[in-house]
Amino acid sequence: MNTQNPAAKNSLLTPFNVTVGIIFLLGALITFLRFTKGLAGVTNLSDNNPWGVWISFDLMCGVALAAGGYTTSAACYVFGLKRYHSAVRPAILTAFLGYALVVFALHYDVGRPWRLPYPIFVQSGTTSVLFEVGLCVFLYLITLFVEWTPAALEWLGFRKYRNIIVKGTLALTIFGVVLSTMHQSSLGALYLIAPSKLHPLWYSSYIPLFFFISSIAAGLSMVIFEGTLSHHFLHHKMDRTYQSEHNEVVLGFSKGAAMVLACYFLLKLVGVALDNKWHYLLTGYGAWFLVELLGFVALPCFLYAITVREKNLKLAKYASILTVLGIVLNRFNVSWFAFNWQLPAADRYFPSWMEIAISIYIVTIGVLFFRFISTKMPIFYEHPEYREHAPHEGEEEEGPEFTEHKLHKHPQTFGH
Amino acid sequence: MLRRTFLGLLGAAGLGAALGKPAHAAGAQHFQGYPGSFGVLFDSTRCIGCRSCEAGCNKVNELPPPPEPFDDLSVLNTKRRTHAWTYTVVNRYDNIPGAAGPVYKKWQCNHCLEPACASSCFVRAFTKTPQGAVTWDGTVCVGCRYCMIACPFEIPTFEYSEPLTPRIMKCTLCYPQITSGKLKVPGCVGACPVEALVYGKRSDLIKIARERFHTFPGRYLNQIYGEHEMGGTNWLYISGVPFSALGMREDLGVTPAPELTSGALATVPIVAAAWPVLLTGIYAINKRKDKIARQEEAQAVARAVAQAQAEAGAKLKKAMTKAEAEQKAAIEREVKRALEEAVKGQSQEGE
Repeated sequence: MNTQNPAAKNSLLTPFNVTVGIIFLLGALITFLRFTKGLAGVTNLSDNNPWGVWISFDLMCGVALAAGGYTTSAACYVFGLKRYHSAVRPAILTAFLGYALVVFALHYDVGRPWRLPYPIFVQSGTTSVLFEVGLCVFLYLITLFVEWTPAALEWLGFRKYRNIIVKGTLALTIFGVVLSTMHQSSLGALYLIAPSKLHPLWYSSYIPLFFFISSIAAGLSMVIFEGTLSHHFLHHKMDRTYQSEHNEVVLGFSKGAAMVLACYFLLKLVGVALDNKWHYLLTGYGAWFLVELLGFVALPCFLYAITVREKNLKLAKYASILTVLGIVLNRFNVSWFAFNWQLPAADRYFPSWMEIAISIYIVTIGVLFFRFISTKMPIFYEHPEYREHAPHEGEEEEGPEFTEHKLHKHPQTFGH
Repeated sequence: MLRRTFLGLLGAAGLGAALGKPAHAAGAQHFQGYPGSFGVLFDSTRCIGCRSCEAGCNKVNELPPPPEPFDDLSVLNTKRRTHAWTYTVVNRYDNIPGAAGPVYKKWQCNHCLEPACASSCFVRAFTKTPQGAVTWDGTVCVGCRYCMIACPFEIPTFEYSEPLTPRIMKCTLCYPQITSGKLKVPGCVGACPVEALVYGKRSDLIKIARERFHTFPGRYLNQIYGEHEMGGTNWLYISGVPFSALGMREDLGVTPAPELTSGALATVPIVAAAWPVLLTGIYAINKRKDKIARQEEAQAVARAVAQAQAEAGAKLKKAMTKAEAEQKAAIEREVKRALEEAVKGQSQEGE
């Protein structure tokens, strides 16, 4: 990593820090421009294209990719798959940060961000799908925060409060699944009101169902994908339980994802068949639709199936990346590429570099928070005082606490 | 467990109460618009593209002056749309088959009978007034721009250059000016020199349109755009050329926008009510399965232990009886031998 300048290893000028520094500097600059020059100063949004990449990526993809929280906790606590227990905390943390950042990103996008609580507390437009999205995201963010607090409370040593919250795990999980079902699907339902603007191949009365089902696949795949990333960068923070359960989690989730993707694939076909939209498949948009459906739904579904059959964990990684990209592609198609498809090319939207920079800035904030919390709090390991599993033999000596000093030496290097 | 179920149900009930209202706001009855509401009839066979309406609108709404003056007709060479600084624009459409010359079309808010913007607004910033106008309330608008996504006519515009207080800008049908008595008709209608625009009750406008169809045979297509489109609008259009040639969407259908989302919204309370019960049920079944599995395991272990014990007992008993029998036999044998020997000894002594 630092072959050119080994001395830099101990200084603050690691490549990671420099990159983060540049992103933050740009982020601060564009934030200033956004709140002094308005959206026109930083975005390519227009009266024809009122929603840009901040909605397509930060909101649509952000929410879909944070679905690992409800899928994992539901699998563990409701469906009784207790062997996935060690995957719950990383997934909840990711979801909490994901949703927090969705709300954070909206502060850039909406005209008067301080009014974001208005739909709930001042005047509710209950005929609006967006109202439902807003209410659910608001409630779910609180739910995720509460679901995450045991990790923080264990870290801080507040046993009493931690135990109270842990008692509510099932209720919180069920509440989370209910809210997620509603707002994941409602993000798709937002577009039901615009049949004249969204291309027929993506417009369907089933679109809420498409969004919900695909969010499950996205959630499962994000857990697998993130697991491989975390294994790479945060290995020293993981206890035996996490590591021994990890392979089982990957295989179990691969099985789930294969089935969910198969269901999603069939539903998408039903969506085309229902309104007899087959002839659109022969157009340019049809080819693009098939790229999404075959390359990013059918293919990862197939790869996941092979993963399970051959217990090939490496394949699961590629399948998960493909699925995650597929969900991103789908959300982009619905909210961007296939939206306003009838407008002349000159009136179509393409983001400015500043819009993309803000999205990168927000993702970076998320990564930093994740790293900070997962290195400080019991996320990848069970706190020794709050074990649910009997410790494996010899684990006491090999626990993550033991390697703590090593981490503090180079907190800036993200991995070796 | 009971308390958890109760809490889950409580959450569902609360959510159901909060979200239950929007479902099928339109109901089973078809809303035909407020009776006696006002609108405008635009006649493209009369419009001469003079932009007087744009000027009139600009003046009564106190909008910023445009870069090109309103008598500069060269702006008609490009297709324009409404913006935050223009509530209405006139476009020219050339080379339409069957038309003698260019045809003009005026663009502004159509003031739908059941507006998509009002249905989609999550703070109810839009109001469909009984007088016909769709108005916007700046004191609650968050600036999310979902109304702009929802509007099939792409009418609401946004002040993108305002950093902190951007407004949604669109034609108000001069509602504030007319209700305050400042104006009798909207600014654009008052400014039109050729009566291409007629302001009046929507029901009367439909009659006027039909009368024109009747009076001037062959001059018009027998269709009033806006009578049924998206459930109907308060602005109505008649033309001698197909509306699609004037850039108007003819594929919008007749379904009012609120109906497009009411079905999806109706399922929300069902999810809120059914999911907690279903999920708690799944949890309970899994828990019970675990419990039964544990019980069965314990029973099996107990049975196996009992069986092993019984077998061992039986074996022991068998061995014991066998040993006992052997012992008995040995004693008997010994006694017999002793007796025999005694008899033998007696007989020997007797000899």
